[in-house]
Formats: sequence, structure tokens, C-alpha cells
Amino acid sequence: MTIKLKTPISEEEIRKLKVGDEVLLSGIIVTARDQAHKLMVEKKPDFIRPYLEGSVIYHCGPVVRKEPDGSWTFVSAGPTTSIREEPYQADVICEYRVRGVIGKGGMGPKTLEGLKKCGAVYFHAVGGAGTLIANSVKRVVDVFMLEEFGTPEAFWVIEVEDLPLVVTMDSHGNSMHEEVLEESREKFLELAGLK
Amino acid sequence: MELKDALVELLRRAATDLPPDVERALKEAYEREDEGTPAKAVFRTILENVRMAREKSTPMCQDTGSILFYVDFPVGDKEETYRKAINEAAEEATKKQYLRPNAVNPITGKNSGNNVGINHPFIHFHQWDKDEVRIRLLLKGGGSENVGVQYKLPAPELKAGRDLDGVRKVVLDAVFKAQGKGCAPGTIAVAIGGDRVTSYMLSKEILFRKIGERHPEPEIAEFERRLYRELNQLGIGPMGFGGKTTVLDVFVDYQHRHPATFFVAITYNCWAYRRKTLHIRNGEVSYDD
Repeated sequence: MTIKLKTPISEEEIRKLKVGDEVLLSGIIVTARDQAHKLMVEKKPDFIRPYLEGSVIYHCGPVVRKEPDGSWTFVSAGPTTSIREEPYQADVICEYRVRGVIGKGGMGPKTLEGLKKCGAVYFHAVGGAGTLIANSVKRVVDVFMLEEFGTPEAFWVIEVEDLPLVVTMDSHGNSMHEEVLEESREKFLELAGLK
Repeated sequence: MELKDALVELLRRAATDLPPDVERALKEAYEREDEGTPAKAVFRTILENVRMAREKSTPMCQDTGSILFYVDFPVGDKEETYRKAINEAAEEATKKQYLRPNAVNPITGKNSGNNVGINHPFIHFHQWDKDEVRIRLLLKGGGSENVGVQYKLPAPELKAGRDLDGVRKVVLDAVFKAQGKGCAPGTIAVAIGGDRVTSYMLSKEILFRKIGERHPEPEIAEFERRLYRELNQLGIGPMGFGGKTTVLDVFVDYQHRHPATFFVAITYNCWAYRRKTLHIRNGEVSYDD
């Protein structure tokens, strides 16, 4: 069963999601990676606030093309490894009332706690699916800190349609990453003769 | 065709299209997963992405990797001819957005912007007796490179001794620890023996084998089959979502070692296993996988 979601998302909607749910996400979302997260925690800028409330952060450093008319097109835009934002993520979610984070590889206990406390989930995108995800980006709404941070690190405010995602950490303290780690550990110990 | 233009085309093909053996392995993996599972959804997305990247001629993954060339050239040719053409081709392919700029100065943090830097693209040169040129290319993703690892045997914490069973244990350990982080399902290249450097070198070069191609020696071929079976029992699955396919294949090769050392290098290649080959025979350019 695929669940269709559109930003802005309410806390009630997000609390219904559980680990393993497949989601098609539409609406306005914002890319942010290392420098953007550091800025949001240290300076708490307001320019991005209206786009983040009830919305979703995407860990992504896209390949972007500037068109002759000055507009932007996403060329390839798969997820980047999320764990680098672990020190910041929970604070960003609660400060800006973000309802979800998209990335790859999952995140740690601090983020899991933040998801539970403030009502958000972690969505896993398919690593390497750069063209497909760029194709679901319908329009670039705005970009912030492009000069200062460069293309991959800027805040790109984008409108997406039917972005395919899987919930791997929910707002009830469950993490698919922890489950798979523990199950595969058992099998590993057995195969390696270490049990 | 000019060498540079032929190389731009080689880079384009590698970044935007998968070799048929890899795509076939991903299709088989899709067929194996149960309906309604996240694993099935991942493979569906991967296959759709591969098809779209080929049609639109855009990078299937925005990380277009480290650029690794293996050049076999005839007696009389100069390495510099190839080096120059490769650097120019990398620059042009970056401008055309077949490649993301991926060469960063580790001291200043500055990205060169055109994929040309110290030892990037990296070129392995090999002069051979044939009167033709073969240029092989691997675009090696950074996320999966981060989960590559080199062991020295014995490894007491894994009860891994200096034998094939010890090798088996460290390979299991490496793939278990990688979980989904190398963009699973990976293709696992295992090099046994050699020194610190040649061990990793061999593990990279065996990635020019095709999926399903077994080592010519029966004992090693059987070892590859066993590793493939066991690694897929780990249940890590695509992206680490759980599932039946954790690895697409396992390649093993070996070289002689120093009596005091026993290295095992494991290179993890993400599902976007991008390799292509260019041949020049009698001035004619052709491509294969």
C-alpha cells in the first residue's frame, strides 16, 4: 500500500506513519546538508522558516543546470548520507517544526528521539536514483545561500511530485535500520562461526 | 574520431548507462523479492531510474564517482598523449553535466570544478604487444568507497586465520558492517595477498569482470559461489531495508604475499556499477562493457 502525502503535513498525519510504509511525497520541500544544518542550529535564520514549517528537509547535493532564461533545472538529485547531520537534526526538526527528513543510510538515537518528541519521520530515498528523483522535481521555487555555500550545499526550495520514499524511522521510536542491523548480526555470527 | 571525443563518449556512456550484465542482475533481484516489500519497491525505483538515465542521457547517480582509467597501449605510443586527452575529456564531460565535479583539494577544500586534479582522473598505464588500444573506465562511487576495507590476517576478534576460511570471515564482517551504507546491493571484489597497495589495486581491477563470471580456478570459483550464497543470507537487502539480495556478485582473486603478511582487500561497489571499455583498432573506435 502506497501512501500519498502532500506538504504541509500535519502532526496527526505524520504520527500515523510507521516503519516500512511506502510513501509518494508531493509539495514544497527544502534541500539542506552540512553547512545549512550548522547554520540553522547556530544562527536560527528566519528566511527559511516559512518553507520548513510542516514541510520536509531533503539531504541532497544536486546537479543543477541554469537555463538561458535564468531559471534552474534539477539534473540529478539522489540522497546523500544522512548521518553527518546527526548532531543537528533533532534540534532543527523541533526549532523549525519540520515533519520529515529525507536521506539515505538512516540516522542515530538523537534524531530518533527528536522524531518522537516533535512529531516527524525519517524517509529513505533510493541512493543512486539521481535521474528519477530529479525528474520528480517539478520546479525550483527559490534558492538561499547559493553564493555563500555553493550549489550542493545551498537551500534549494523545490516542488516535488510523487517522490518515492520508504519510512525507515517513525515518530514512535522505531528504526528499520536498527532492526535490520540486529537481525543481520545474528546471521553474521552464525555464518562466521562466532556464536 | 579524435581520442578526446571518443573518451568523452566513453565517460557519457559509463555515467548514464549500466552494463547489460549489471542491469540483468538487478532485474533478477527485483523478481526475487516479495510483492509489497520495501526491497521490491527499491528495485523497481532503481530499474526505472536506470531506464530514465539512459533515455535522457543524464547521470544515473549524482555522484559520478572517482574516475579510474586503465589504459593498455602499443609500443611506441606516449603515455602523455593519453593523459592529455583524458584530462581534456574529463573537463568537457563535466561541462556537459555527464560528470559532477568530484576533485577536491584535501588541504584547501577547494573543488577544482572540472574533475582534473592531482592524480584525478587516475590512470593505470600498461604497455602491451598488441597493435591496438584498450581503455577501460570505472566510475567508482564515494559512498561505497567509504565502506571498503583492508584486513590483515590473522584477525583474532573474528577468529580468522591465514587461510580461505579466514578470508571468508573477514568478507562476511565487511559486508555486515557496511549494512546498506554502500548503496546495497553491492558487488564485492576481494583481493587476497600482495602488499598494502597491490592488495587494493587488485580488488579494483577485478571489477572489470562481468556479473556471473567465475574465477578460472575451480577452488576459487567455488569459494566465490559460497560467499555469494552466504552474504545474501545476511538479509540486509537493497539500501539496508532487508531482503533477499544483499550482493549482486562476489569476485575473488589472489596474488603472492610476503611470508610475514596476509592482506585481504575488499572493495564494495554500489549497485550503480559503472564500467565501460573503449577499443581502438586500425583507427576504428568501438565500445563494449
